[in-house]
Formats: sequence, structure tokens, C-alpha cells
Amino acid sequence: MPILEFRNVSKTYDQKTMAIQNVTFSVNEGEFVSIIGPSGSGKSTILRCVNRLVDATQGVIVLDGQDITRLSKKELRGIRTKTGMIFQHYNLVNRLSVIENVLHGRLGHKSTLSGAVGLYTEAEKEKAFAILTKLGLQDQAYKRCDELSGGQKQRVGIARAIMQEPRVILCDEPIASLDPSASKIIMDHLADINKTMKITCIVNLHQVDVAIKYSQRIIGLTGGSIVYDGPADALPQSMIYEIYQSNRGELITDVQG
Amino acid sequence: MNKEILANQPFDLGLEFQRPIRRTAAGKIKIYSYSKSGAAVRGTLAVLLLLALWGFLSFDVKNVDFAEAMAKTWRNVQTVFFQPRLARNTFWGAMNQVLVTFCLGGLATIFGAVIAFFGALLCAKNIANPRVATATRSLIALVRAVPTILWVLIFAVSAGLGSVAAVVGLTFHSAAYLTKAYAESIEEMDPGTIEALRASGAGYWAIVFQAILPSSVRYMLAWTFLRFEINFTNAIAVGAAAGAGGIGYDLFMAGSFYFDLRELGYITWVIVLAVILLETLATQIKAKVK
Amino acid sequence: MFKAKPGRAQESVFARRKRVYTLTLLGVIGFYLLASLVTQFSAKDGISALPRAFSWIVGNLVPTEKALRRLPNILQKLMETTLLSISVTVVAGLFAFFFSLLGSKTTGAHRWIGRLVRIAAAFFRNVPDVVWAMLLLFSFGQNILTGFFALFFTTFGMLTRTFIETIDEVSAACTEALSATGATYLQTVFQAIIPSSISEMLTWVLFMIETNIRSSTLIGMLTATGIGYLFDLYYKRLDYGSASLVVLCIVLTVILIETLSTRIRKVIL
Repeated sequence: MPILEFRNVSKTYDQKTMAIQNVTFSVNEGEFVSIIGPSGSGKSTILRCVNRLVDATQGVIVLDGQDITRLSKKELRGIRTKTGMIFQHYNLVNRLSVIENVLHGRLGHKSTLSGAVGLYTEAEKEKAFAILTKLGLQDQAYKRCDELSGGQKQRVGIARAIMQEPRVILCDEPIASLDPSASKIIMDHLADINKTMKITCIVNLHQVDVAIKYSQRIIGLTGGSIVYDGPADALPQSMIYEIYQSNRGELITDVQG
Repeated sequence: MNKEILANQPFDLGLEFQRPIRRTAAGKIKIYSYSKSGAAVRGTLAVLLLLALWGFLSFDVKNVDFAEAMAKTWRNVQTVFFQPRLARNTFWGAMNQVLVTFCLGGLATIFGAVIAFFGALLCAKNIANPRVATATRSLIALVRAVPTILWVLIFAVSAGLGSVAAVVGLTFHSAAYLTKAYAESIEEMDPGTIEALRASGAGYWAIVFQAILPSSVRYMLAWTFLRFEINFTNAIAVGAAAGAGGIGYDLFMAGSFYFDLRELGYITWVIVLAVILLETLATQIKAKVK
Repeated sequence: MFKAKPGRAQESVFARRKRVYTLTLLGVIGFYLLASLVTQFSAKDGISALPRAFSWIVGNLVPTEKALRRLPNILQKLMETTLLSISVTVVAGLFAFFFSLLGSKTTGAHRWIGRLVRIAAAFFRNVPDVVWAMLLLFSFGQNILTGFFALFFTTFGMLTRTFIETIDEVSAACTEALSATGATYLQTVFQAIIPSSISEMLTWVLFMIETNIRSSTLIGMLTATGIGYLFDLYYKRLDYGSASLVVLCIVLTVILIETLSTRIRKVIL
């Protein structure tokens, strides 16, 4: 059974703007899927529909066998702990230390009071340190997040997501603000997490070459509708042009190095 | 259930990673970062809370029956807002008073703006002599340290209680506030413009009027209008406390002389509407400049 | 051998700018004349008052013996005013924090509650503290509580507005992230919103304390409390020596607090 299913999902804002239209696809557990498409094509909306940061106006979304389009507050919390999310602008609490930010991943499981006060068990703290070590950030553990570089911040974001022990990690343009070397580090970490921890990864990307290199499957989105859903290595060049609605020679990927 | 999940460590807890962990005396792992900023925030909060508490304990409330006073206030608020009625004036009379206050504030703003323009030239970091700039800023700090009402009363000693003292008194803070604001506008200018004109040999005043003024005039106008809004409120206050006329004076008389709550209410409405009007205009102007 | 005439476009730019400047100047002068008429302001009187006032100031700068004997009284009232200012601002800040959570788009419960809060804040901000003072005199009389509440309402309105702006600006991103992990509302407030916005909020609180010390001078005159009352007393008695000592003490206190506040703000941010 697939871990995530979208069935005819649409999202309309203000009864006028249709962000996504009749989106249907499914993702199996352990897959690494990239969603590509131009700005405004609805990539972010799809991702945010999965953890209900955005509520779909039509259609059904099934996560891990549960229809998440109708949920109580408590059940919603449960769903959100199963989905980790990484953001383009890292979305860390800059004034707190790295380790505190990682521990935020546990908040979904903790009682309101202990979470609010920041009372974590020793086991939770040790796990957080272990995750930081795996990502190479153990020496930055006590630094404030605004003292870190972009690549380091995104790794903290990844650590926070892993801390949740999620089934699925949603990545909203994780490398859009990073330089090429930091981008590679992040994508390598995501690939590693996908392979060793068997966590499903759904990644929004602008960079088509990165998508092809790292993912097994690509979903192409244009104007809110899916135009391609298939293996990454079978993505034809003509389809890329169709997704980005432009002609040969107008994309950066056309530039011959 | 949580303990089970955490026991399943897929990571290798090698000795290597134990080193960066900091622990408390009891052996618990610490998670806070120690920054100067964080300590300062906590310290300041603690001090402020203590001082506030001390303040409350030292209030001399003079046998006021708190509950009764609150109830009375609530009733008065209802009278003031729901039963306004002018007794000693007419609607147009009140409007005239608003106009007077408006003009008092306006004059103070104009004078303040003119003084501030030259003052800003003296203390903007990108065009002024550093020592002159520091001296000007210190002067401004001194001027701002004296509350406006005291400036007005100081001048009232020689000029008498009236519009002269009010306007001159209000001008002090206007000039100080606007000097700082204008200086900031000038400092935000593109340095290249000034450099280019200097290099071409243009004289000081030419640079001022041909480059500095046109570039910063929009910000300056916005700040000037904001200050006018503040000056209107100040003119009301000064009118109340220093008998300088205007709607503030009427407010004071209705409250402390005639003890007429309903007239107070009417005047309050007039003031609130005037202030809201100015505020809306100010927001629109701010939006246009941004 | 021909002079280059400025093109039509250039001519109109210069001409237009000159026109704008002249119109503005005329407008300002016009307003000045009208306003002077309305308020019976005489620039001549104003200008002649300046040197007299300055000589008065200079003459009274050095405190007289009589004035110095009043110093303990003055300092006590100054302390009272300062403590009042701090307690008003702190309490207003606490209320404002709570209400700003309701009023911010990021953390508000419903859109209507948020809108209501913002309107209420605008109302409280815009009613001048003098008006509150006059109103409260009826029920609380000439009491320190009158000044307290008068300043409280205005400060509350101001701080609520700025806190809402701070929360909207600083914590939108990390609030989204924490919601995505499944954190509850309270957890998000304590673990994301407070840490991100506390510095800026504290800066505003310090700024309002400075402002309130000055405002309480005027309110004190109306409510017969604090340092404003003392100044008014000496002034009305024509005891200018003591009055100017009061001014001197106020200036020193304000500058002290301002310097302290600026230094703290530098460290906090």
C-alpha cells in the first residue's frame, strides 16, 4: 500500500485562484520523489497539503492509510509528527541554540506543559546529539542558529525533521538558498536518510539536473496540474520544456558548460 | 511507548561524540546557548519586574476605595462616550478650537522643520564634520531631556501664558525629533551622488539644494507629517496644562473647572475623531513613501 | 557655432521642480500667516522672548541655597515618577503581550478577534493620555492611580500595536515550522515566538519607559502627583530657583535612563 495518496485534490484560494487542480498521484514507502515545475505551479501547495499547513478544498489525501482531510486536532497532531518538513529559508528559531532547535522535533510527542517549558528527557537530548553528530554538527550544538552558515542551518532543519522519526520528509526547495557545495551536502544527506533510514522523501526542486540525479521518480507540475509522473531517468528533454513552458535555449539547463 | 522508540538507536554512540556535550553539576545534559544577549534580556526583565513591584508597593493610594472608584470610572466612561453634550460652546465653536490647536501644532512643526533642516546638515554622518555632529547630537539629547510642558512653562515666564509660549515650547522637541529624522534620511542617501558633485567642485550649498534636498525630500515630508500628528496631541496637552488655548484648554476647563462630564465627553469625541483622522492620513503618507 | 538649447523634456523637469518648490514655499508661508492669525501668535514676541528666556535659564542654572534645601523632596518625587513610569510600562507590556498574540495574523485565533484587537489598540493609542487623566480625575481624584491608569491605556495601545508588528515580522517562519512538527499552540508560543521577539519587545518597553517619564511630568501636573506637581507648585509660587532645580534633576534623570537604555539595547540586539 502506498504511504501517500492524492486523489483528485484541488486547492482554490478566494474562490478564484486555483493553486492545484485535480492532482492525483501516489508515493510508496521509501521512495525519493522530486516535484519540479515553475514558480507558482503549485509545488509548495501540494507539500503543504500533506501536513495540512494548507487545507485542500477538494479531493482526498490519504497518509499511511488515514484520510487526513477530516481530522480532529489531536489526530492532526499525530499526522504532523509523522511528516517532517524542511524549508527553503530553514525556518529555525534563530535565537535559540542548535540543540534546542533540533529538540523542537520532539514537541509533537510531548505534553503541552513540558514542551512549552523546554523540559526534555536525557534520552531525547542524547538522541538529538546523536543526530547532530551524524550530520556533522556536533561542534555547533551550543551555537545560536543565527551564527551559522546557510548550509549548516539547513542541516539543523534536517536534524529537526529526523528527530521526529517521521515516515515522510517533505522538502520545500531545500537548496534554493544555498551555494553549489552546500547544496550537494544537503542532497547527499537526504539521499542517505532515504536509503539508510527508509524515510520517504518528497522534494520540491527548481534544479532539474539535481532532481534527475537524486530521485528515482519525478513529478512535473505546470499551472497546478501534473504533466509528468514517471521515472527520473526516463524524463525526456521535451517534457522539461513543456513543464517550464519555454523553448529550447531559454532554460539555464540548456547552457552548455 | 516513547522510550521504546528512543531505545532503538540506529546511530553509533561512539566515544567521539561525548566530548562536545555539556552537563550540569547533576550530570544532566545542558541545551541552552550562553550568549551575552540572552543573559542581558533575562537580567533586564528581572530588574524591570522587581522595580515595577517596588513601584506598586510604594504607591501612596491615599485611602481610595478601589472597587468603588472602578465602578465610578465605568459609569463615567459611559456618560462620557454615550451622552456627550456641549454646555459652554457650540459645535462650530468647538471646531474653531480644534482649528486653533491645529494651527498651534502646525506652527511648531514648521519652525521645527526649518530648524531641523539646518540641524540635520550639521549632524548627518555622511556630510558633517564629526565633532560638530557629536556636539549637535548632544545638544539635541539635552533638548529632548526636558519635557515639552516644561519648555512651554519656561518660556511662559518671559512671554506669558499663551500661544507664543506654546508654539516656541513645542518647537523645541519638534526640532530635536525632526533633526534626527532628517539626518537619518540624509544618511540613507546614495553616497555616490555627493561624491560626484564634490569631485566636480560644486559648492556646499549647491550640493545641499541640488542633491541632498531632492533625494531626501520625500522622507523628510513623511517625517514632518508624522511629527505634526504628535504635535497636535502635544498642543492639546499643553493647552490643558498651560492655558495656551485650543481644544486642550476647553478639555481642561470642562474637567477641572466646570466638572461637566458630558461636555468632557463631547470634547473627547471631537479630539478622538481628529486624532484618528490624522492617523489615517499619516498611514497613507507612510505607505506612499515606502 | 550654435548654442545647444535644452530639449523640451529637460526644460519641463527644471521648470516643474521650480514650480513645485515655489508653490510649497507659498503654501507654507500662507499657512504660517493664517495660523498666526488664528492663534494670535506673534513672531516678534516669540523672537524677543528667546533671549530673555535664555538669560533666565542661564541665571537659574546654578541652584540657590533655598532650592538645595528642597533637594531631598525633589529626589523623592523623582523616584516616585520613575517607579510609576516603570510599573506602568511593565504592566502595560504584559497585557500588550497577551493581546498581541490574539491580534497577530500568525498567532491569532480568528480573523475577527484579531481585527477587534487591532482596532482596540488603535483606539487606546490615539486617545491622548491627557483625556484619560481628565476623565479619571472624577473617579480617582488627585491620586497616583489616576496618572497610572491614564498612562496605562496609552502605553497599552502603543505596545500592543508594536508587539503585533514584531510578532508578524519575526516569527512567521519558525511558527510554520513548529506547527509542521506537531507542536501545540502553547509550545509554539514559548519555544518560538517568545525567543524570537523578546529582544525587540524589550527594546520597545525600554523606549516607552523613557517616553512615560516625560509624559508623567505633564500628567503629574494635572493629578497633583509626582515631579510634575512639584514643578507646578514652585512655578506658581514664583520660586523659580527651585523650579529650575527640578528641571535640572529631570534632565539628569532622563539622560541617565536614556544612556542606560541605549547600552542595554545594544547588548540585547
